[in-house]
Amino acid sequence: MAGLFGIILGYASIRFKVEGNPVVDQIDALLPQTQCGQCTYAGCRPYAEAIANGEAPINQCPPGGQATIVALADLLDTEALELNAEHGEHLDVPLVAVIDEQTCIGCTLCIQACPVDAILGAAKHMHTVIADECTGCKLCLPPCPVDCIDMVPEQQTIDDWKWSNPLDQLMPARDG
Amino acid sequence: MARLYKFHGGLHLDGHKSESLGRDLRSASLPEQLILPLRQHIGEYNKPLVEVGNRVLKGDVIAANSSLICAAVHAPTSGTVSAIGNYPVAHPSGQRDSCIVIDVDGEDEAARADIVNPKELDSEALIQRICRAGIVGLGGAAFPTSPKLSRGKTHTVDTLIINGVECEPYITCDDILMRNYADEIIRGSAYLQQILSPQTTLIAIEDNKPEAIAAMQEALLLQPLANTEIIAIPTIYPSGGEKQLIQILTGKEVPHGQFAFDIGLLCQNVGTCVAITRALEQDQPLISRIVTCTGDNVSQPGNWEVRFGTPISHLIEQAGGYKNPDNAFLVMGGPMMGFALHSDRLPIVKASNCIMVMREQTIPHTPGYHDECIRCSKCTEVCPAQLLPQQLYWHARAQAWDRTLEFKLFDCIECGCCSAVCPSQIPLVQYYRAAKSEIRAAHKAQFKSDRARARFEFREKRLLLKKQADEERRRLKREALKQKQAKSGAAADGAPDPVQAALERVRERKKAIREETR
Repeated sequence: MAGLFGIILGYASIRFKVEGNPVVDQIDALLPQTQCGQCTYAGCRPYAEAIANGEAPINQCPPGGQATIVALADLLDTEALELNAEHGEHLDVPLVAVIDEQTCIGCTLCIQACPVDAILGAAKHMHTVIADECTGCKLCLPPCPVDCIDMVPEQQTIDDWKWSNPLDQLMPARDG
Repeated sequence: MARLYKFHGGLHLDGHKSESLGRDLRSASLPEQLILPLRQHIGEYNKPLVEVGNRVLKGDVIAANSSLICAAVHAPTSGTVSAIGNYPVAHPSGQRDSCIVIDVDGEDEAARADIVNPKELDSEALIQRICRAGIVGLGGAAFPTSPKLSRGKTHTVDTLIINGVECEPYITCDDILMRNYADEIIRGSAYLQQILSPQTTLIAIEDNKPEAIAAMQEALLLQPLANTEIIAIPTIYPSGGEKQLIQILTGKEVPHGQFAFDIGLLCQNVGTCVAITRALEQDQPLISRIVTCTGDNVSQPGNWEVRFGTPISHLIEQAGGYKNPDNAFLVMGGPMMGFALHSDRLPIVKASNCIMVMREQTIPHTPGYHDECIRCSKCTEVCPAQLLPQQLYWHARAQAWDRTLEFKLFDCIECGCCSAVCPSQIPLVQYYRAAKSEIRAAHKAQFKSDRARARFEFREKRLLLKKQADEERRRLKREALKQKQAKSGAAADGAPDPVQAALERVRERKKAIREETR
């Protein structure tokens, strides 16, 4: 009997072997994918691996902010910590990089630094940022030799507007 | 018609319709300037097709896009484009949006129309003409009509429903439209039948509009349509909602996450029918609509045919102005589903069915204090979507978005019945709207991060492949060099190496010199 089950389990472990690490995938799915490295890891996936291995706390991701921390705490069934300010602060409106086209010398260093291929250009030709694809990671800033990249808040349209939560108006009334 | 069905809940409200029905339909005069938002429909933004300084004729396309769900914007009259930029628009946020401004020249010169007999066109050509005319649903949601009709290609439409219900208080634009243009509504229904070939067509009108029902019946007698019936339905709010009307007429419920066409139905508003008739018969694009201007703070409430882009202040002037300009509160839409406007310098757009001019703030911009929920469950009794408003409220308040989704937040039609009956005056709909905003924003962020991940992984893969290719190239080069060396080494075995020989000679000479100096 035991041998039979042993064989079944042994077979199942080979037949239904899970490729990769599902916990890492789940954590990675919750991270904002800016690939900014503010968490001190070389991108979102390495950070997800570090969290899964218990090497890093869940509060090192400023772009994700508290919402990501809460989601990670939910997933991992741990306590939701405050965002660690050492890694940076969370911005409600994300940033996008803008290249000053007058100053750009076309050195391609920023193109090589961009983790999501959001910068377009060629050697000795002006570069430009595809704003829709930019994650605001700021990794293009240090390599620029002429300091021609600015980080500006993402343009908000009428579609980004949110109905206000009545609770926001309720709270001060209660305190007072 | 054998029988009518009922939907769950609903409210009997004070109609307040007589105020604006006392006068006949009039045409609003042209203002000096028209401000036309680039997007007046649900869907992608249009791109401007004109430049500042261009002269445009009435009916010229001035903005369009190539996406599937689109509705072009046309010049409502002749004039000169004086600006393209951001102007305040009628939106609950009070924000600006991209608009084209036309300085009206007063000549109202029309562009050349391309008139053909619509009866000779096939449904594809008819839909294309409707698309070209920039027609959207004029019931209030402003969803482009042509993609809706295109569903007839993939889905069978058994029943076509023409919606003349107009259940919301104060609004009378569809009522006056049916009284004045009943023949055009019937002809529009005929074209819809030509496109969709439904088995039956039901024209639904609430029984508080006897004049409209009579006018429509007369028009149907003059131009009989096959399998078409005009049905007077009981007056109860919100019977004009698409899903509620479907339930009244057919007893069917549109399942969660599906649309009317999934169960063989298609609804069109009466105003849309008139727009379709004019587009097909006269090649006239959608450049105006009937707007109700009513409320207790306007001198002569009534209905006007208004060109799009007309400032609301101009319409109110036509209606004799404010009774009390210092205490005026404006609402676009009705008292149940409308939203407060921040100013009267905003343009009338395709979705503007009614402007309410009130003395008191009936719909606040930001709801304030309310009492706590006492769990009376009145909201549940009146909810026409059969949701549990109280549960939704708790979860929305606790920002438990996944729980609100479990309670089908997005099936809420925001009709306002629950807020209206709440004894604690909880602005329930406002909580749901806020929750929907947050959930939509989270979806958008998730979409963006998924895209960033895909691009990041693609880049990593590309860099890895490049690295492998470089290594391979270097390896081949090294091997080629080694082979060459091996070859030349093998060749030199017989003869002495010239370099070695030269070095030997130098060494010998140095040795000789050293010996000489000694």
